Amino acid sequence: MRDVAVIGVGCTKFGEHWERSFRDLFVEAGALALEDAKLAGEKIDAMYVGNMSAGRFIEQEHIGALIADYAGMASRHIPSTRVEAACASGGLAFRQAVIAVASGMEDIVVAAGVEKMTDVEPGASTDALTGAADREWEGFVGATFPGLYAMIATDYMHKYKMTREQLAHVAVKNHYNGARNPIAQFPTEITLDTVLKSTVVAEPLRLFDCSPITDGAAAVIVAPLERAKEFTDTPIKVLATAQASDSIALHDRRDISTLDATVAAGQRAFRMAKLTHKDIDMVEVHDCFSIAEICAIEDLGFCKKGTAGKFTADGETALGGKIPVNTSGGLKACGHPVGATGIKQVYEIVQQLRGEAGKRQVDGAKIGMTHNVGGTGATVAVHILGRV
Amino acid sequence: MTVARFWRKIPQRYNLVGTKCETCGRHFFPPRTFCPDCRRNGKIVDHKFAGFGTIVTYSVIQTEPDQFASPGPYVLAIIKLDEGPQMTSQIICDPKDVKIGMRVRSVFRRIATDGESGIIHYGTKFVPVE
Repeated sequence: MRDVAVIGVGCTKFGEHWERSFRDLFVEAGALALEDAKLAGEKIDAMYVGNMSAGRFIEQEHIGALIADYAGMASRHIPSTRVEAACASGGLAFRQAVIAVASGMEDIVVAAGVEKMTDVEPGASTDALTGAADREWEGFVGATFPGLYAMIATDYMHKYKMTREQLAHVAVKNHYNGARNPIAQFPTEITLDTVLKSTVVAEPLRLFDCSPITDGAAAVIVAPLERAKEFTDTPIKVLATAQASDSIALHDRRDISTLDATVAAGQRAFRMAKLTHKDIDMVEVHDCFSIAEICAIEDLGFCKKGTAGKFTADGETALGGKIPVNTSGGLKACGHPVGATGIKQVYEIVQQLRGEAGKRQVDGAKIGMTHNVGGTGATVAVHILGRV
Repeated sequence: MTVARFWRKIPQRYNLVGTKCETCGRHFFPPRTFCPDCRRNGKIVDHKFAGFGTIVTYSVIQTEPDQFASPGPYVLAIIKLDEGPQMTSQIICDPKDVKIGMRVRSVFRRIATDGESGIIHYGTKFVPVE
């Protein structure tokens, strides 16, 4: 296997882009990534695009070809493939691009992610997202996505006595980081009161525990490490790529508040990189709901099971803490255009490793991690990236 | 949802008919036609569940999707059936009364409606055991 490096990254601003289409978004992200890599489009050998549900959101399928076409690649006939794993679509698209380069099949490959969620009314987008869980045996009986994660939270709080206030610290910290990220959907700081007084969505989760509906796209370009210096002075090496799956329905899990797929993917990634959690300088985890970040940092090994509430409230996951988590603002404050999220996580870690993260920069960052979840944990992708 | 997609699930949804692997004795609800433990050595047969179980975890859904909007906030739960498997359903009770470990039994109820003149979906909900 060849070593692989990220040589360029690009991302649109995340938010409600009423004036812009699906195509506009991914073309912008792709162009930014190419410009970043100082690369001409003719050099691209293949594309992978993460997208969860363009069929439901914009009534468009066949996204691989559409993206290649509007990126100006139609006449070059390069292979372009859509990758779908619900909210982990972006993470899997990145992994496919890395595998394609590592195998020697392709040299310069684009991994992109895009979702345009505001072209349908909120009820329709919520229903589309329900397809990330078990439609016939969860969605059918009234299990919404907030409802499923709320059941994880109920189980977790019952077992480990985490307080509602400790859980709220996740959102407060992520909004603090988001306020320092120019692409964030909600670049505003909030207080514990903002979370604790917001509308109840699914007990015990409130509105400010939930990631939003977002439009956005992100793209990164990967190449063999040995060629990376042709394009950039600051290549970022892919130290590990890992993926794991679990039961589609939450009710079939071994333990409701442990994501075994996160545990498995995390362990595989650490083994592949020959590293431990102590080597990681910052991590982007999949905080689709505040409770998801609590589970993620435990299941990846950054703190012991049952302690993440206190760990978060003590500031250990904040900038300057033991392990900064979601410096981008996470899905909560940066936004969650589902198919784009996994790529945006890589975008954030690459910025951190290059020392280009501005007011949210982690000092001396050398190694970073991404963690992207599909559904309630049926698919997980974990990547470790490092400075060369 | 088309009629066929709903109709073929009637035995499972109306009568809690799942499956059982005769090789290892494991029960499945929702039904599986392939035993994850015995794999090709498994022998799957239908099994009607007694309908009694215990609440593992729950939430009260306060922001309901349209098709579940009536009669208002509802209790969503994961129930561990006495035969072993866990399933997701609604609990018919005052949301203030629901708790982990509560004993429940299955009942036949309306689940959702596809708009005013669409299909009415029936299935299994649970009520507290008196």
